[in-house]
Amino acid sequence: MGLAKRIIPCLDCENGRVVKGVQFVDIRDAGDPVEVARKYCEAGADEITFLDITASHLGRQTTIETVKAIASQVFIPLTVGGGIRTLLNIQDMLNAGADKVAINTAAVDNPDFVREAAERFGSQCIVVAVDAKRVDEDNDSLRWEVFTHGGRKRTGKDVIKWVREMVDLGAGEILLTSMDRDGTKIGFDLELNCAVSRSVSVPIVASGGVGNLQHLVDGILIGEADAVLAASIFHFQEYSIQEAKTFMNKAGIEVRESASAE
Amino acid sequence: MLNKIAIIDYGMGNLHSVAKALDHVGKQKEEKVEIFITSNRRIIEDADRIVFPGVGAIRDCMAAINRLGIGPIIDDCIDAEKPILAICVGMQALMTTSDENGGVDCLDIISGRVENFANRSLDDQGKRLKVPHMGWNEVSFDAGHPLWANIKNLSRFYFVHSYYVPIVAINPTSQIAGRTQYGESFVAAVAKKNIFATQFHPEKSQSAGLLMLKNFLEWNGTEGYPEP
Repeated sequence: MGLAKRIIPCLDCENGRVVKGVQFVDIRDAGDPVEVARKYCEAGADEITFLDITASHLGRQTTIETVKAIASQVFIPLTVGGGIRTLLNIQDMLNAGADKVAINTAAVDNPDFVREAAERFGSQCIVVAVDAKRVDEDNDSLRWEVFTHGGRKRTGKDVIKWVREMVDLGAGEILLTSMDRDGTKIGFDLELNCAVSRSVSVPIVASGGVGNLQHLVDGILIGEADAVLAASIFHFQEYSIQEAKTFMNKAGIEVRESASAE
Repeated sequence: MLNKIAIIDYGMGNLHSVAKALDHVGKQKEEKVEIFITSNRRIIEDADRIVFPGVGAIRDCMAAINRLGIGPIIDDCIDAEKPILAICVGMQALMTTSDENGGVDCLDIISGRVENFANRSLDDQGKRLKVPHMGWNEVSFDAGHPLWANIKNLSRFYFVHSYYVPIVAINPTSQIAGRTQYGESFVAAVAKKNIFATQFHPEKSQSAGLLMLKNFLEWNGTEGYPEP
């Protein structure tokens, strides 16, 4: 017995609707975020991540209202990301009922923001989201670089050094997305996951590339992730959360039995 | 009958989750539940039940608790035999002392000591333990307590914390109400008279957690099961 590995469905939201981009370009609609979150909670999701992909550009009030609506119906942890740039943004999201916030671009622009946020609200609610992409200018060793703005902007920062810096400043969890794999359905970047997981002491959520249930297993057993995040395989009902848990359990991974299965 | 619940607000963290969960449970029971998020002594002492939450660093928590005079208010609620539920850092604040932030004196309502997970760094497979301890872990119940009523032993609850109370740190150990394994067995819940305190977050623990909150709404504040 011990700590269960978590399965986290991710709701990418734009203008109050759940969407999932294929490599952040081709976007399909998978429904109302409140309904989707409630359905996932009932189905046995261990956590919900809500990423507002328009938040960097547009007003935030819609997002706050959506988070409030989700939090009054969903009694599992809720992480909110997208456009978190100030301590006030964090306060607003926590007050709306979020348990954790995911900081991405604002951490790159000002790493000290992560320290301030962790000191003010506690490391347990500060997730640093890292969008990583393989770079091949030196061919003798694997290297990943941090990107922002949905993979459009290169930062020049090495992913391994970056996650260490973020954890030193107080990040309590790393949400690691492979920009090479996101939307491809060919599986996580396991080398990336494993390298990051072994570099820091905090839990790692693997994201980007899940296409089948074996990918979830690989993310935990080979990628050494503490949690696995996926969107489209769940949104389009290719697999249920319960099927994912049963499959992972058979592979020897400790999971939380869904409420319906108890 | 109206059930008045005061959630003690000392400026640390997210009190809305626990308020929303209690509100939800009250509605399920079709019971009139009124929830106050407050540090006002009169409102707290007027409530039927007290929730003492907490997140963040213990030094900041204790500074706020001391500044607002929360300790004596809790003492009065204990004397008045009101059911009290402490959650996460709220539980840690009830202990004698915490090793966090270089050592912080806590309320000493329960004799115990809070330590750092980082000091016990390997899991049973020899892998480095991730800290914070974050996620769903099993709780084994030490004994029957009204707050465990109708909840299956070894149910999973949601934890998120970097500091913990070791089993040996609680005196007497008969106050331990639940244990969880992470590197070693540690205190998941303690019970002393009208206080029940959890390291995990019942408000985030879906059905098992909501059931615990329902039990709290029905608890009369004694350790035995209420008369049927």
